[in-house]
Amino acid sequence: MKQPFLVSDKWYDIRDLSNLSNEILHQVDRALPGEAAYILSPLLGFVFVFLLFVLPTQLYLGVLGERKIIGRMQSRYGPNRTGKFGVLQPIADAAKLLTKEALTPRYADKTIMYLAPVLFVMPAVMVWAVIPFGPEMIIADIPNSLVYYLAVSSVPTLVIFMGGWSHNNKYSLFGAIRIVAMGVSYEVPLVMALLGVVVMTGSLSLNGIVFWQDAFDIWLVALQPLAFAIFFICVSAELNRTPVDIAEAESELGSGYLTEYSGMKWGLFYGMDIAYALAASALGATIFFGGWSFFGLQDWVPSWLFFIGKLYAFYFLFIWTRGTLPRLRIDQLMAFCWKYLFPLALFNLFIVATERVIWTDGLDGEKGFVYIFAAANILATIVLVVTWARFLGYRPENQTTKPRLVNEAGGYVPVTPASGEGR
Amino acid sequence: MLHEYGHIGILLIIALLFPMGALVTSWAFRYVGVRPFASQDPVKTDIYECGVRTEGPTQVQFNFRFYYVALLFVLFDVEIIFLFPWALVFDDLGWAAYGKGLLFIATFIVGGIYAWRKRALEWR
Repeated sequence: MKQPFLVSDKWYDIRDLSNLSNEILHQVDRALPGEAAYILSPLLGFVFVFLLFVLPTQLYLGVLGERKIIGRMQSRYGPNRTGKFGVLQPIADAAKLLTKEALTPRYADKTIMYLAPVLFVMPAVMVWAVIPFGPEMIIADIPNSLVYYLAVSSVPTLVIFMGGWSHNNKYSLFGAIRIVAMGVSYEVPLVMALLGVVVMTGSLSLNGIVFWQDAFDIWLVALQPLAFAIFFICVSAELNRTPVDIAEAESELGSGYLTEYSGMKWGLFYGMDIAYALAASALGATIFFGGWSFFGLQDWVPSWLFFIGKLYAFYFLFIWTRGTLPRLRIDQLMAFCWKYLFPLALFNLFIVATERVIWTDGLDGEKGFVYIFAAANILATIVLVVTWARFLGYRPENQTTKPRLVNEAGGYVPVTPASGEGR
Repeated sequence: MLHEYGHIGILLIIALLFPMGALVTSWAFRYVGVRPFASQDPVKTDIYECGVRTEGPTQVQFNFRFYYVALLFVLFDVEIIFLFPWALVFDDLGWAAYGKGLLFIATFIVGGIYAWRKRALEWR
């Protein structure tokens, strides 16, 4: 990171918090010889990233904010009894989960049942190791962090299957089977869409992708809108977010793989679902929205503030889809994945590879062509989405049922207590 | 570089200890009286099925439709893994990489079209 003014690399330069942690590690290294600083470094990262950032965000954005926002979207209040505006709700939830009776079914496989929540938390912490909060603010700056992220984030599918299998419960098992089928299906277009990003940027490192976007002054969401759409849909499917949460569809399956879990074991599943959604938002913000970079402004304002802002904006997209879209059936989901998303991801890869090879071989990597490609890709996305839907037989005029809006049904009327009906 | 992977290893240990801490805390709360001991009631610890008794074996066989999904996953996902190195060296090889990549993708597009024609993508 080039520093335009002021001193840099001092611990009080908070434009990059790695300066602070480096100073702490340096002092530790002087005080304690040997490997102490090396072991302390990821611990420090864990404290900074997970305990100070992810967990509070998860509690307040995921548990409280999400319920509030969805409540507002659905014309209700959301939690508002615990403290002012329900600000104590996450604490009340945590206290309830910690002190709740945890039932263990008689026929359950106890080892696997207790192992599943522990292993479910593990990837949720591990994926944060490669998320760049700033140019230097990464716990482990490995050159293939995108592959690492994809590998680690596919572990929960197996862990959820462990949890669902261990209970000897049909609901759990059906939920678990569904999540494996859906998880592996949606991984294919997801990886395919990210492959286009790798072809365009020539880097497997998340930080490298951010540097590329910073160097070319464009976000990949503009350059590859189709990849972004596929990424978003597939990630919500992998995370079991509500439009596609057929694995725990309470109207069909009780609660899916979570049916027999109670107490803190359930709490770990619930909490880490939100942590995964946050991590996926972090990945999306990094790859498609420029991560910590903001068109050169990151040299003056702390870059991690941009990153956190983008992360929250991306997470709001998740909340929005969750609050507005109804749940789909499993046959619709599978057909949508294999017949629609996957061919579109292939088309996307083809377009990106063609552009890239023309750009590097024919046009000598001239910077300005990025914007032409962006315009072409936005156009191509619209054309592809429409034509492929028509190819599969979808016609807008054939859709007979239309959603009824609140305004058509008489509008939103706030409920006020009638006069004379005093309590 | 291996230096950085060591950080991930240490983080793995933390990531396993952290949820264990939560579970142990919850477990220890029984002995200070804030959390009830787990019930041994035979009805309460029975398999939950919305109030109905569970009939037959619970760890049932998979539906064959999931087998199709697994096969398709093997067909496509393994090949995608091979495309990652291709994407990395794409710049250096230029048109050669482009043509060979397209050829490689074409092979599994043929497989995909075969699966589609065989109605393996239908959820019957």
